[in-house]
Amino acid sequence: MVEFREVTKTYAGQPAVHDLTLDIERGAITVFVGPSGCGKTTSLRMINRMVEPTAGSVLVDGQDVSAQPAAALRRSMGYVMQSSGLLPHRTVLDNVATVPRLNGMRRMAARKRAEELLAVVGLAQELGNRYPAQLSGGQQQRVGVARALAADPPILLMDEPFSAVDPVVRAELQQELLRLQQHLAKTIVFVTHDIDEATILGDKLAVFATGGRLAQFGTPEEVLRAPVDEFVAGFVGRDRGFRSLSFNNAAGLTLLPAATATADRAAEAPAEGWLLLTNDGGGPAGWLPPGQRDPAKALIGGSLFTLGSSLRQALDAALSSPSGAGVAIDADGRVAGLIEPSAVLQRLRADGN
Amino acid sequence: MEWFLANLPYVLELTWLHWFQSALPLVLGLAASLPLGYLAWRIHAIRGLILSLSSVLYTIPSLALFVILPVILGTGILEMSNLIVALTVYTVALLVRSVVDALESVDDGVRQAAAAMGYRPVRRFFQVDLPLCIPVLVAGLRVASVSNISVASVGALIGVPNLGFLFTDGLLRNFMTEIVVGILMTLVLAALMDLLLVVLERVLTPWLRRRRGTDGSNTLARGGPGTEWEAGGGAAVQNRIGPEQRPDAARAAVRG
Ligand SMILES: Nc1ncnc2c1ncn2[C@@H]1O[C@H](COP(=O)(O)OP(=O)(O)OP(=O)(O)O)[C@@H](O)[C@H]1O
Ligand SMILES: [Mg+2]
Repeated sequence: MVEFREVTKTYAGQPAVHDLTLDIERGAITVFVGPSGCGKTTSLRMINRMVEPTAGSVLVDGQDVSAQPAAALRRSMGYVMQSSGLLPHRTVLDNVATVPRLNGMRRMAARKRAEELLAVVGLAQELGNRYPAQLSGGQQQRVGVARALAADPPILLMDEPFSAVDPVVRAELQQELLRLQQHLAKTIVFVTHDIDEATILGDKLAVFATGGRLAQFGTPEEVLRAPVDEFVAGFVGRDRGFRSLSFNNAAGLTLLPAATATADRAAEAPAEGWLLLTNDGGGPAGWLPPGQRDPAKALIGGSLFTLGSSLRQALDAALSSPSGAGVAIDADGRVAGLIEPSAVLQRLRADGN
Repeated sequence: MEWFLANLPYVLELTWLHWFQSALPLVLGLAASLPLGYLAWRIHAIRGLILSLSSVLYTIPSLALFVILPVILGTGILEMSNLIVALTVYTVALLVRSVVDALESVDDGVRQAAAAMGYRPVRRFFQVDLPLCIPVLVAGLRVASVSNISVASVGALIGVPNLGFLFTDGLLRNFMTEIVVGILMTLVLAALMDLLLVVLERVLTPWLRRRRGTDGSNTLARGGPGTEWEAGGGAAVQNRIGPEQRPDAARAAVRG
């Protein structure tokens, strides 16, 4: 879909991108990841001709982009950037309607389309008449995504779109993007310097090294499990072993039965051992230490493991629980059992890695 | 005061002429400064040249300009067009720098975003750069407006009728009231013109008046404090039970 052919870009003799050859798959999310200044943005911008290569060529659908008029090319690709990308003097609706308007759509029709898109990215209609400065950072980024989608382009270019928002909103936006991508199946090129974000979002990762060199291109699992060199190993980080557990399915993990009670019956439960409080729906509601059976004194629990998710989740649930045993829940949120850290390690040995 | 009331129609006519003679050059000057300023901003090599040239233009004494212009333009020495052209020259001299500053003031990220969406340069200039320039541009226009209104008075010396005539005439006749009325009317005119520009700016920049904080409903729903039951993704939906804020471990879609 998008191909880099021996692309080099130099600024004043310094290579920003060095001899890049890369095939970006149709309908998948390809993440450019790497430390600051390694040429991710420059590579991305060569796709829509915001930057022209010094040597080599970029092809979209087999056509050299340099042969196409820049403005038309850019309208055929959505572009989302880190921040300040919205036009401050236009309302949210008019911002989203920009590219359809540039393509000659009537104002009313373009605004109607924009309204639909606000719903698609999960923004309330009444935000449509606000100006960008009246939105939170997370909302602005949603508007940016809506705007990029407005003309329904097959390709989306996203340059650190979520890096200026707090971690909670950021996680929300990431999930939202994955949800959208399930319906839309766009070809997305996503730039980030956060390896976690890259593994969450990417179907493929392109790891860039300083000097604009492509160090490794592969699935997140390949990159985390088998970094090709010192640079990639160092970049994906010391906890890449823990992180790569996200690729291990936790099916077959041994669950221990949980001692549970609802708050009003806690006093009747045996006094020894940890007691897991549950709410009316059967979901976890806190832990009572041995000997303590007053529900008002319950300890806040750790992260939850949903059956069917990864070993990373399972181990994290176990490690973050005050009782030392993680809580597994089923798809309906009911307590399904407990996870001992040793069970995770056992399961891992059975996997052979 | 009596003199003022008795001559009110006359004074008002002079005021109107004065306004016309200073406002028209403002419009013409703006129209000329925009392309000049754009070129100066866009092409670094000629920026210095254009900016110093405009500074030099502004230092030409007004009277000298009034005398030279008829020679250059071939107009009669007493025609109003000389004054209009002279003031337009001053306006350009002042505004070119404002236009460059205004274009510099536009966030480059916004400009890049506009380009990335597929704006062509001309359309981008009118739909993105120009509206965002308005605050800095109006600041320049306000200076030019005051400058024009004060310099226009000199036109009376070459016989162009405006409020300046009240000065020359009052001086000639040694009649203080007339001079004071001239000064006051000039001040009033300058103040009104300034007000007009400020109002114009406010009308043209609605986005600067509506800032956030006017209502507090713009934060996203997110997990409250003490979100220890981590949700690996999605909105961390937290139900609270009781006044003690005990987290109810509601379902949290945990993802890898
Ligand atoms: N317009 C430019 N002129 C000169 N040098 C540039 C220009 N744009 C980028 N560079 C240089 O090219 C290199 C790569 O820049 P690029 O913006 O692509 O990095 P990046 O990987 O996106 O980094 P970051 O994560 O910080 O955004 C840097 O060393 C940068 O200084
Ligand atoms: Mg970058």
